[in-house]
Amino acid sequence: MESFKPYTARYAVLPVENIDTDQIIPARFLKTTSKVGLGQNLFSDWRYNDDGTDNPSFTINKPEYQGVEVLVAGNNFGCGSSREHAPWALQGFGFKAVLSTYFADIFRNNSLKNGLLPIIISEETYQKLVASDAEAAGEVEISVDLASQTLTLPDGEKVHFPIEPFAKYCVINGVDQLGFLVSADDDLTTYESAHAPRVNTAGLL
Amino acid sequence: MTAAPQTLFEKIWNRHIVRPESSETPAVLYVDLHLVHEVTSPQAFTELRERGLRVRRPGQTVATMDHSTPTTPRGKDGIIPVLDAQAQAQLTQLEINCRDFGIPLFALGTENQGIVHVIGPEQGLTQPGMTIVCGDSHTSTHGAFGALAFGIGTSEVGHVLATQCLLQSRPKTMEVRINGSLKPGVGAKDIILAIIAQIGIGGGTGYVFEYTGSAIRSLSMEERMTICNMSIEGGARAGLIAPDQVTFDYIKNKPRAPKGAAWDIAVADWATLVTDAGAVYDATIELNADTLAPMITYGTNPGMGIPITGKIPTQKDMIDEQSKAGLEKALKYMDLAEGQSLIGKEVDVVFIGSCTNSRITDLRQAASLLVGRTVNPKVRVMVVPGSALVKKQAEAEGLDKIFLAAGAEWREAGCSMCIAMNGDQLKPGQYAVSTSNRNFEGRQGKGGRTFLASPLTAAATAITGAICDPRDIR
Repeated sequence: MESFKPYTARYAVLPVENIDTDQIIPARFLKTTSKVGLGQNLFSDWRYNDDGTDNPSFTINKPEYQGVEVLVAGNNFGCGSSREHAPWALQGFGFKAVLSTYFADIFRNNSLKNGLLPIIISEETYQKLVASDAEAAGEVEISVDLASQTLTLPDGEKVHFPIEPFAKYCVINGVDQLGFLVSADDDLTTYESAHAPRVNTAGLL
Repeated sequence: MTAAPQTLFEKIWNRHIVRPESSETPAVLYVDLHLVHEVTSPQAFTELRERGLRVRRPGQTVATMDHSTPTTPRGKDGIIPVLDAQAQAQLTQLEINCRDFGIPLFALGTENQGIVHVIGPEQGLTQPGMTIVCGDSHTSTHGAFGALAFGIGTSEVGHVLATQCLLQSRPKTMEVRINGSLKPGVGAKDIILAIIAQIGIGGGTGYVFEYTGSAIRSLSMEERMTICNMSIEGGARAGLIAPDQVTFDYIKNKPRAPKGAAWDIAVADWATLVTDAGAVYDATIELNADTLAPMITYGTNPGMGIPITGKIPTQKDMIDEQSKAGLEKALKYMDLAEGQSLIGKEVDVVFIGSCTNSRITDLRQAASLLVGRTVNPKVRVMVVPGSALVKKQAEAEGLDKIFLAAGAEWREAGCSMCIAMNGDQLKPGQYAVSTSNRNFEGRQGKGGRTFLASPLTAAATAITGAICDPRDIR
C-alpha cells in the first residue's frame, strides 16, 4: 500500500442513496483470482450499454469528469455484499476517496485496508458539494489532507472528518494491518495456550 | 462484588479479546472458525504466498465451493459439469490453495458440499459463543446459534488465515424485540423483511443485533438462521439469538458437535450465553408478530418491503429528497407504479434457494403448497437445495418428487440465482419472486427484477404464476 500524500482533485457526484456493492461491481466480475483490471468493471451496469459501448449519460463517462479522483455519493454507500472487489474497482478506475454521509461497515473496512479513503461528511457538506458540481460540473476541486483530517471545499471552507486513529496511521504510512497482527504473536500465543480450539475441521471432506 | 450485567454480545466479545482495544488501536479479536469459499479467498492466499506466511490454524478453517458452481444436473459420469472456464479456474485455484495450506475442502460434487452458511451448522461446526467469520456478508446467519458471526473482506480473510485474528473496533448493540406469535402463512422471512422495512437498509449500521422476544423463542433453528442471515440487509454486520434448548437439540449429534462428557460441559456453558437482566443495549426496536402479514419487496433494496396485501408507497410517504429519488429510481427499474398493489403481478421465474431459505424446513414449506398441484406453465420454477446433504434429505422425504411432479426444476446445491454468477440468472426485464436476500438492480442477472419473499409466498406464486398471498392457496 502506498503512503498517503495530501492532494487536490476534481470530483464527480452520484446523488443516489444506498449504492450497493453489486452496483459498484456486479457479481459476474468476481470470477477472477486477481485484484488487477477491475476498474473497467466499475459501475458496469450503469456505465455501459447492452452492446458494451459507453452510456454517455452516466456521470463518469461524460467528458467533463474524465480524470476525476474523488467520488461523492448518497448515503449508505457500499451496502450489501462484502466483496473487496468494490474498493479494488474504485481504485482501479482512479478514485482515491469516496465521500458520503455514511458508509456500510464492511465496505468502509475494506476500503481502508486498501488506502481508499471513505470520508464521512455531513448532510450540509454533501449538499454543498452537489451544488458546486451543479454549477461547474467536473471543474471544481476539493483538497484532502488526512493528517489534519481536513477537507477543503470548493468555496475554501475547511471541514473536519472523522477516522479511527489506527486506520489513519496505516493509510498515512502505507502500513498494512496484517503486519501489525503478525506482530501481536506473543499475545496470540498466550491466548491460544489458555483457550483450546472450539472446533476441529481436520478430516472433513 | 457481582459482575456488571452483560449483553450476550459483550460476553462473546470479551471471551475473544487477544489484545484489548486502546485509544490508538482496535481490539485483536480471536476467530474460532473461519469459513472459506472460492470467490473471496484467492487474493488472500496470494498475499500469504507473497509474504511467506502459512495458515495458522487450518484445523479451525473449512472451505466449500458454492458461489460460482453450476447447479445443473450431473452427467452420466456423476460429475457436475463446469462450463465456464473462468469459474473453473477459480474452483481449481481453491483446490490448489486448500491442498497447499492444508485446509479441508468440500469440493463440487462431494457429499458435504454446499452453501457456506448451510454447511457450518450442518456439520456442527457452528456452536454458541464462538466467533465465526467468512468473506461473505451473510455470515451473520450463524448468529442464530448465539455465535458472533460476521462477514469480512478479502484482506481480512488473509488476516484470519495468517493469524486467526482480526482487528476490530467494538460495535454497538441493538435489541430487536419481537413479541407475539406468528399467524399461519407468516414466517421468519416475513419477520426479517418487516424489520428491515421498518429500520431501512442502513438502520443497523455500526450495530450488532440481538433478536429477542417470544416470537423468536418459538422459532426453529432454521427459521432463526433465516432471520440472522438478513441482519446485514438492515446494515448490521451480525445478528445474535441467545441459545436455548432448541439450539442444543439442533446441534446434538451433528458430526463435529461435542460428544460425551464434553457435550454436557458445553451445554452448561452455552446456557450462560444470555443477556443478563439489567444489561443495557445501545438501542432497542420492537415489532409485534401478531399483526404481521406475509411480506414482499417492491423495490431495489431489501428495505423496500410491504405486507403482501399492501400497496407500494408513494412520494408523499418519503421523508426526504434522497428517499424520494431512491423510490423513483427503484420503481423505474422495476417498472412499477407508486401506490400499486403487487398481488396478481405476473412473474417469469420463482427461485427457491439461497443461504436465506434453502434448508430442509424451507423446502418442506414450499413442498407443502406444491404437493398435488402444478406450477403455472409460464413460470420457470427453480428449487435449489442449500447443500448436498439437504438435497439428500429432501430426496429421502420425497420432496424432489413433489417439486418435479409440480413442474419445478430440482437442482444441485449452491448459491445459484441468488448471486447469479454461475449461469443461473434472470434475463433482462424478467420478474422473479425469490426466497433469497437481495433485490438489488441486476443482482439475479443484468436487468432482472426481484421480489423477495418467503418460501410459502414463492410456492404460492409458482402455482398461480402471479404474486400470491400464500394464505389464499387452499
